[in-house]
Amino acid sequence: MDHLDQLEAQSIYIFREAFGRLKKIALLWSLGKDSNVMIWLARKAFFGRLPFPALHVDTGKKFPEMYRFRDYYGKEWDLDLRVEPCPPIDAVDPTLPPAARSAARKTEGLKMALGKYGFDGLIAGIRRDEEATRAKERVFSPRGLEGNWDVRDQPPEFWDHFNASPPQGAHLRIHPILHWTEADIWAYTKRENIPIIPLYLAKDGKRYRSLGDQDITNPVASTASNIDEILIELEQTKVPERAGRALDHETEDAFERLRVAGYL
Amino acid sequence: MNMIVTPASPATPNGTTRPQVRIVIVGHVDHGKSTLVGRLLHETGSLPDGKLEMLKAVSARRGMPFEWSFLLDALQTERDQGITIDTTQIRFRTNSRDIVLIDAPGHAEFLRNMITGASQADGAVLIIDALEGVRDQTRRHGYLLHLLGVKQVAVVVNKMDRVDFSAERFKDISDEISAHLQGLGVKPTAVIPISARDGDGVAERTDRIGWYKGPTVVEALDRLEPARPLEALALRLPVQAIYKFDDRRIVAGRIESGSLIAGDEIVIMPAGKIARIKTVESWPVTPVAGRQGAGRSVGITLDRELFIERGDIIAHTDAAPRETRRLRARIFWLHDKPLAKGDQLLVRCGPKESRATVVAIEKAVDPGELSSTENKAIGRNHVGEIDISLSNPIATDPYTENPRTGRLVIEVSGRIAGGGLVLSVDAGQRAVPVDIVPVESALRPDERSARYRHNGAVVWLTGLPASGKSTLAKALERRLFTNGGSPILLDGDTLRAGLNSDLGFSAADRSENIRRLAEVATHLARNGHIAIVAAVSPAREDRATARRIADTAFREIHVATPAGVCEERDPKGHYKKARAGALASFTGIGNDYETPQAAELVIDTSARTVAEAADEIEQMLKTTGVLFDEVVDLAANI
Repeated sequence: MDHLDQLEAQSIYIFREAFGRLKKIALLWSLGKDSNVMIWLARKAFFGRLPFPALHVDTGKKFPEMYRFRDYYGKEWDLDLRVEPCPPIDAVDPTLPPAARSAARKTEGLKMALGKYGFDGLIAGIRRDEEATRAKERVFSPRGLEGNWDVRDQPPEFWDHFNASPPQGAHLRIHPILHWTEADIWAYTKRENIPIIPLYLAKDGKRYRSLGDQDITNPVASTASNIDEILIELEQTKVPERAGRALDHETEDAFERLRVAGYL
Repeated sequence: MNMIVTPASPATPNGTTRPQVRIVIVGHVDHGKSTLVGRLLHETGSLPDGKLEMLKAVSARRGMPFEWSFLLDALQTERDQGITIDTTQIRFRTNSRDIVLIDAPGHAEFLRNMITGASQADGAVLIIDALEGVRDQTRRHGYLLHLLGVKQVAVVVNKMDRVDFSAERFKDISDEISAHLQGLGVKPTAVIPISARDGDGVAERTDRIGWYKGPTVVEALDRLEPARPLEALALRLPVQAIYKFDDRRIVAGRIESGSLIAGDEIVIMPAGKIARIKTVESWPVTPVAGRQGAGRSVGITLDRELFIERGDIIAHTDAAPRETRRLRARIFWLHDKPLAKGDQLLVRCGPKESRATVVAIEKAVDPGELSSTENKAIGRNHVGEIDISLSNPIATDPYTENPRTGRLVIEVSGRIAGGGLVLSVDAGQRAVPVDIVPVESALRPDERSARYRHNGAVVWLTGLPASGKSTLAKALERRLFTNGGSPILLDGDTLRAGLNSDLGFSAADRSENIRRLAEVATHLARNGHIAIVAAVSPAREDRATARRIADTAFREIHVATPAGVCEERDPKGHYKKARAGALASFTGIGNDYETPQAAELVIDTSARTVAEAADEIEQMLKTTGVLFDEVVDLAANI
């Protein structure tokens, strides 16, 4: 087994645990490279199908290429796609910096979707290497009644035994690719020939490393026009993946505040 | 954190060719774990551009001196308090390895996070402050590494600058920690003197530690090996789920050890059913040919329809795991409430779960303390050996035979509360005390004892027929009740009329009669009542069984009225009948009553009144901790 085989086997194990131990789960499909790999892994775990809904919490501000991708592959992959809107910006904590506030809409949209469907588990494609507070996450991560994350009281998790009993009314976030890196995602995407949104590939000297809302995501300088070139670029860069995400850079703790409040 | 790259490294996709090693850094709080990680990132050129300058600026703005640990402590609260709360993972490269470095908190309060981090590691770095030396968390972490199965441990003695780089001080600490680790069966791969703050010993052997000839930290990390392959062991495929999405019935799970291929004859444990693997299913291409080894998540179909459920273990027929309802395990405990004998738990071995009862606790110690005093219960962050009785049979291996299937976790109220290694498996032994785990009372024992002014107990009156057991039992019952207690009389003859009406007087039936009495009485005692049992119970072995069941609650009273007096009394006319030969198996006129040898109290009712005898029993119950002393009314003395 090579490195990617090991990552894949671990993710499949997590998917099967989530599906077996929780009652009503959904996969959060952000349309990005990570959540596409997740869907692929889930289809491996369940022999070709996604036996639970794919939930797209839609800010309405994604790139047109992303919406086209969603509509096409939602059908192609036979997904039980649920698109849920986010509330207007006025409904969001006004003390947050502008980009964080914009991102926090998604958290509100997520809460509304949770209330609507009563999911006890949401599968999310975050990774430990993306951002420092995400490095502290558990694979099965309990969220409070308000969807909040209490980092100071995380349950122990070892030997692939996961805490799968959320308190009444609360839910779990399940992170099947927590142990993957950005380079792993690309190497696997290439090996498995998983479709991607073209925005990730360089055009006119720029490409997106991470895709969020149009107004708070910026491209980085790059000449990588295919996945092989992306992998070489990642070998050499010292620029963080989320450099193009405005909300990460507003204040020292903006991202942490968002996460504690239930952001992914 | 994106700190993945050193410019010198060859351009290969991350981890596809270079071995990846996961290392946890553990040790006492403030001994410098995060500082070492920060320094390692700096020394290996793994910091993103501008990160160091940015953190220095942040430190200056916050009016704090720059610390390397600021690189690691991601949360605002961690930076504010200068303490790591949860594990962080950082990736970097040495010459020959991709390293995932897990920085685990050293604070005792966050031991669960240390375990979470350490359980993912192939190797560990145990850090010790040269000035403070080996501390309780150092020892505790050392012990937990051993329990978690982390065999490769490098020790670093940090802050050597604070002890003037003294070789003697280094040797003292090195000897002490090496002895501790070797006592646990862990041989340190290196013991390295360093100053994480200044850089000595991290990537370079500086002049200040010129007397040291061993590897630097970076060199030691380079020598750690990735996780050992498990393919050489016997096949263990724990069943995660059975899927019927289409006409295939797929048994899904991850191969924990060994390997399999279509055509293999397998056995499904614990049921012991045998089948053959028809296909190995996959997606997008299926079925797949070829051997599937340890670590793979697979799906198989079988050549026949068998009842299989989550938690079963698939093995080859010639090397199956053992089926058991009873195990001994060495565990660490993370729950606030100490683990005690009799506690009801949920045990998980892989995907298998079973309710369980703690039958015995041994060697409960705090691994952080030097003089390990043994306790009856396993406290938070402590370790111990326990015997567990399972309500469902499970298939498992001792961890010495299989490190993957020979481990378990314990859940309390849906949350992981501990974990450990299976030391031994008692094959086929019947569950004790019962197969079905009862619902726990809503009341705690101490709530009841506060009301009754006594603890639960089994007062067992044994003696010849007509020796006065029932009379004494009734007198005691009245007296305890008058004092506000909760006594319950269990008379042998009365129970024979109902619960035990299916039993006769053969030796086997008598034993069963006693066992039932003891079980009922023990249940009452555990719920705070004083069960008063009046039963001839002539066999010593049966009474020993009763004592084993009731355990510390058992108080034996031998009603030792002389046989002649008993026969003379004969209120039920039994002696007369027996003498006439009309009552077979009657205890009293033969020599079949086995006199107790260590009863808590012996009473001859021919020599004292009922009230006097009841006084003696009451006194015994006080001195043995069943009855509480009278409430002293201080006000009355004023």
